[in-house]
Amino acid sequence: MIPPETTSKETSDMSTAEGSPKHSGVAPEAMATKRRSTGGQAINVVGLKAFYGSTEAVKGIDIAFPANEVTAIIGPSGCGKSTMVRCINRMHEEIPGARAEGSVKLDQVDIYGQGVDVTAVRRLIGMVFQKPNPFPTMSIFDNVAAGLRLTGTKGGDLRERVHRALRSVGLWEEVKDRLNAPGIGLSGGQQQRLCIARTVAVEPEVILMDEPCSALDPVATLKVEELIDELKERYTIVIVTHNMQQAARVANTTAFMLGGELIEHGPTNDIFTTPTDERTERYVTGKFG
Amino acid sequence: MSAVSGQPGRLSLMEISPRRRRTDRVMRGILLAATIVALIPLVLVMYYLLKEGLGSINGTFFTSDPTGSFFGNIGGVRSAILGSLEIVLLATLISVPIGIGVALYLTEYGRDSRFANLIRYLVDVMTGVPSIVFGLFIYITLVLSHVGGNFTAWKASVALALLMLPIVTRSAEVVLLLVPSSLREAALALGAPRWRVVFRVVLPTAIPGLTTGSLLAVARGMGETAPLLFTTAGAASLTFSLGQQMNALPLQIYNDILSPRAVVVSQAWAAGLTLVVLVLILNLFARLISRRSRMA
Repeated sequence: MIPPETTSKETSDMSTAEGSPKHSGVAPEAMATKRRSTGGQAINVVGLKAFYGSTEAVKGIDIAFPANEVTAIIGPSGCGKSTMVRCINRMHEEIPGARAEGSVKLDQVDIYGQGVDVTAVRRLIGMVFQKPNPFPTMSIFDNVAAGLRLTGTKGGDLRERVHRALRSVGLWEEVKDRLNAPGIGLSGGQQQRLCIARTVAVEPEVILMDEPCSALDPVATLKVEELIDELKERYTIVIVTHNMQQAARVANTTAFMLGGELIEHGPTNDIFTTPTDERTERYVTGKFG
Repeated sequence: MSAVSGQPGRLSLMEISPRRRRTDRVMRGILLAATIVALIPLVLVMYYLLKEGLGSINGTFFTSDPTGSFFGNIGGVRSAILGSLEIVLLATLISVPIGIGVALYLTEYGRDSRFANLIRYLVDVMTGVPSIVFGLFIYITLVLSHVGGNFTAWKASVALALLMLPIVTRSAEVVLLLVPSSLREAALALGAPRWRVVFRVVLPTAIPGLTTGSLLAVARGMGETAPLLFTTAGAASLTFSLGQQMNALPLQIYNDILSPRAVVVSQAWAAGLTLVVLVLILNLFARLISRRSRMA
């Protein structure tokens, strides 16, 4: 839909050197078959710009999210971190008047490339939202199964996959006796883990989390953070957070954004203790934002 | 007040100025009076329907058809009741799917595009078209052209469907907009194609509201007389064939109320009462259905 405007020289050189298939024009099936059983693939963002109408919310970002690691995005409100993350699975374009430029590569395939099916992109790059949003008309079981049913995924035992997803988010023991109860009857924290289970059930490569704990109490937050730590063994995780302690607790690397630009990205420890940019330091020490 | 205007002294929890208390009482009185005034005609209508109509309701009222004779037995209104139900059922089958379809296009696909706004405008215009115009339209296009007979029941259904369509569309659009966009996002983010999101998530979530809106249209269609006059033109005898002239309650009332015979006029009242009760039953039925679907 949106052709990549900028593809930096080095990335294109790199991919040809590795002899990977063509970036653009790759059928979604090809993307799906490239999955590894271990799961988790790296994401490479090059020259990403995002617009709402004529407002530029993300002003040309290059960032890499390593496979099977947790990357936290921090920054003050309105810095474009949510927008940037929503560009990674093309949810950004669901907003009327919104568009994106640049390239986002999932294992060498540009998800903005020609012929790429947007539903295939989202199946491989799942998303968890700020507010828990289970489907109100569905039971707990159906909520987790929804991803599989909505994508028309055939094969495999549905029941088994749902149970496995619920176990992997640590919700199984809490809900195993009431799988047919409505999903919205759960507590906020349980709902959010249900939503993560729904995402995990589709078995994506990458999970994007847009402030997944900001609507949760501290106990529920802790559970989700522990869950993130477990999930990174199978998935690449990008988490947007307002909570710097949270970034420090869960993330391998942390990126600081300000005014639509990426200011600094490095190992979490370095960002919080020895940031190279003065603005990062002022933010992490609480002097602004 | 005092805190805002900066007057000295604390804001007391107990003290309300006499003026504010008076205003409160007056406003409450006005609102209560308005409610009562609005209720008066409603209560009177029900009262007269019951008073004038109840006496004529007996066994033969529901089990026999109008004879139309000037003397002797006048018969019942069976053909009118069944005719009304059949005509409105077909009209509902036509208008509800199309109306909800249009609303889905507006909320899920067209959104704020120029074309979608044009449709919205046209639907609004259609809501304001007097019902007799729909009757005339069908009369000119379908009746005068002798498409499948002259006056037939299905043509009445088409006229009613045209009348119901904007009501269904408008109410459905409002209801669909109430479905939180976070649910659509959740489904899209799972990699679901938009049509599946619409059928599996948006529609099921909106079902109770869609039912209520469609029922409003059904109730409206039930009571219309004008679109029936030029399309099915009425008949005394019972028929289930949509290809023939068919009786309907509003038509029966329209014919009977002008009769010089007191029994016939009284029967018209009874038919009116039947119409109101029918709509009421439909309403209760739909509520039951939508409540059950919410549980599931």
